[in-house]
Amino acid sequence: MNGNGKRRILKALNVLGPFIGLLLVIAIFSAMPEVRDRFLRAANFRSVATQSVIVALGALGMTLVIIGGGIDLSAASNIALSSVIAAHAINQGASPLVGLVLGVLTGGLVGFVNGGLITRLKLVPFIVTMGMMGIARGAAKWIAGNQKIDAPLTWVNELMAKSPKPSWLLMAPGIWIMIVFAVLMALVLRSTVFGRHVFAIGSNESTARLCGIRTARTKVLVYTVAGLFCGLSGVMEFSRLTVGDPTVAVGLELDIIAAVVIGGGSLSGGEGSILGTMIGVFIMSFLRNGCTMMGWPNYIQEIIIGVIIVAAVSLDRVRHRRAS
Amino acid sequence: MTAQGDRVPVLRMSGIRKDYGATRALDDASFELKAGQVHALLGENGAGKSTLVKVLSGAVRPDSGRMEIDGAPYRPADPLDGRRRGISMIYQELNLAPHLTVEENIMLGREVHKAGFLGRKAMKATVRAALEFVDHPEISPDVPVRKLSVGARQVVEIARAVMRRAKILIMDEPTSSLPQEDGERLFDIVRRLKTQGVSVIYISHFLEEVRRVADAYTVLRDGRNVGSGTMDGTSLDDLIQLMVGQKVAEMFPRIPHAVGDVVLSLAALKGRAMGAPVSLDLRRGEILGIAGLIGSGRSEMLRTVFGLGPVESGRIEVAGAPAVGRAPWSRIRQGLGLLSEDRGGEGLALSMTVADNITLSDFAPYVRRGLIDLAAQRRRAREWIAEMKIRTDGPGQRVLSLSGGNQQKVALARLLHQKADILLLDEPTRGVDVVSKVQIYELMGGLAARGKAVLFVSSYLPELLGVCDRIAVFHRGNLVEARPAAGWDAAALMAAATVGRSI
Repeated sequence: MNGNGKRRILKALNVLGPFIGLLLVIAIFSAMPEVRDRFLRAANFRSVATQSVIVALGALGMTLVIIGGGIDLSAASNIALSSVIAAHAINQGASPLVGLVLGVLTGGLVGFVNGGLITRLKLVPFIVTMGMMGIARGAAKWIAGNQKIDAPLTWVNELMAKSPKPSWLLMAPGIWIMIVFAVLMALVLRSTVFGRHVFAIGSNESTARLCGIRTARTKVLVYTVAGLFCGLSGVMEFSRLTVGDPTVAVGLELDIIAAVVIGGGSLSGGEGSILGTMIGVFIMSFLRNGCTMMGWPNYIQEIIIGVIIVAAVSLDRVRHRRAS
Repeated sequence: MTAQGDRVPVLRMSGIRKDYGATRALDDASFELKAGQVHALLGENGAGKSTLVKVLSGAVRPDSGRMEIDGAPYRPADPLDGRRRGISMIYQELNLAPHLTVEENIMLGREVHKAGFLGRKAMKATVRAALEFVDHPEISPDVPVRKLSVGARQVVEIARAVMRRAKILIMDEPTSSLPQEDGERLFDIVRRLKTQGVSVIYISHFLEEVRRVADAYTVLRDGRNVGSGTMDGTSLDDLIQLMVGQKVAEMFPRIPHAVGDVVLSLAALKGRAMGAPVSLDLRRGEILGIAGLIGSGRSEMLRTVFGLGPVESGRIEVAGAPAVGRAPWSRIRQGLGLLSEDRGGEGLALSMTVADNITLSDFAPYVRRGLIDLAAQRRRAREWIAEMKIRTDGPGQRVLSLSGGNQQKVALARLLHQKADILLLDEPTRGVDVVSKVQIYELMGGLAARGKAVLFVSSYLPELLGVCDRIAVFHRGNLVEARPAAGWDAAALMAAATVGRSI
């Protein structure tokens, strides 16, 4: 048999599968006479991209975690906590830059604690991060005094503005930040020793250990990086809302995980890609956007996204069975 | 019981053949079992015993051959089918649900119920009867299985088989994980089963115990039976000779190498997983063989040395200096490399590519300004693929889709790529085709000639005798002795591994 050619096709399908899905979603809404004119517009695409930033940043970190064979259920709570910290700091008179950095670092700290607990206490990531989900959310509410924190408007709030301040940027600065970090993370996963080690740990942790990879250290770093991305995502959330809201992003961790999974990430580890994840994010964003334009109620969106998750994963299964 | 003498055998297997890819596991094997007989199935690792009993239990379908139970044709579609015909297997790794009670385990899938409600009383009575039958009424049906000793768990498994009216009971290495006294209890049960007309197929490497418990034996070698008969009038030596046979010597290319200084020294090293302290010296340019049965402590020693298991006492010295650090990464820095016996579970990251698996333990040569030069990595991987004669589509192929022999060459290539000076090889030729085996022997000789030290654990005696300079033997956690390979023969090795002393 022509194993080589077949394998190449399967490999292409790996990347193309989600991409075809994305094109299909765009094509369907473009064909709808009711929304065609509004949907296929640069302005709409810009707004979809802006809406994607928060999930996308979280998903960049989650891709790393999932490839490494873990999971981070605390992502959304971490986003809320970071946004509250950023708002709180600026409200207390800190400069916008300090507020931004503090928000990001808060996320990183939560991730570091996650990684530390998982490797030190040898606990399952699902349990540790589920606990952290409650802890971070609770901390956010506590710090915010169980209400929204109003912070003075600063340049931080322009990061997610629909029409960017220097107009030559064309898109919100947040979108550029997202693109830069996506490219950076793709490079990290593809071409750094750290990236290879993460794949190895997710593929087979015993092998990784046998090959002299310091698995504990690598895993702590993975969760810390994921936390930093949640922190950045939290700052973007604050930028968008202009307030620090501790009740924001409830359940968003599932959207983030869904994006990674739709993009080809395997919950058993060792597989996933940044490109796939980003496509997964945009599939969900375009669906939401299109459904809203059609005037379809929320529950229809929920059902469609649910179906897509299951379909994406079962397609993945079929592909795997073929490959092995 | 039926009349003695010319009884129809309970089980007759003939002309059984089974190929796994290019390797022939069973080649015209046959087997005959009489009612109420304890029949030992003997042979070296890889001789085909496991495959034969798997064919019998219905877990594996033979490529050809006939089976009859009580004279009627028997062609099981799956293990369930086999169980219905009265065949029960007691697995090496016990097959019980640890959180369920003894009663729940025994009755699993056979629950007595009325309209879905469990008939607790009836079940308890059945379980009590079964435990009584195997002469262990002291085991309570209400205890969760995880609270029982390994020996008691085995009794529960046997009781379950009895409850299911097993006619033929297959026991695969039943005593390998048991303390001595539990072993004695097991022999009592086996004798009791015999008097009740149950036939037992008994697989074990411990020949003295086999001689005590079995009435008859069949020896397999290379997938064929090379002898069977009654235990009476058969000596330990006869059995060993049958198992070992006359092996060809040309398979083992001799590459001249000179033995130098001690490079790895174990001084009364005792790891948590090891049965007893071990002292051992390995020299440059030396291939030191480690014989012993599976579970005798060989792998545990290698793993302790490599930092995969905690050290309790004793010392490890590398090139004359105490080994620093405890983790595998520090051992790798000190020039050690371990080839795992569990290729798929530990040795290789199966979903990663050939190139990644070869370079996984040392990416440093390819890093330029923080990034891996993927082209350079592939180039080097291609060199190793050629050097090791690995059959693959290229460095980008996933290891998953390679054959066993080629997978093993990838794992070996990794040790060479990381420039290990001390190679700890745990069953490097297991599940490897003959051609690859010879290549691996050649490789080991070449390594020794270049002054590297090789610790070679194997269950296949001819290769130890053919390749090694010295051979040491493990028996139940103790290192029996290390002497020059010329001072051993297969029978002596087998005796030391199975009995713990020379005979």
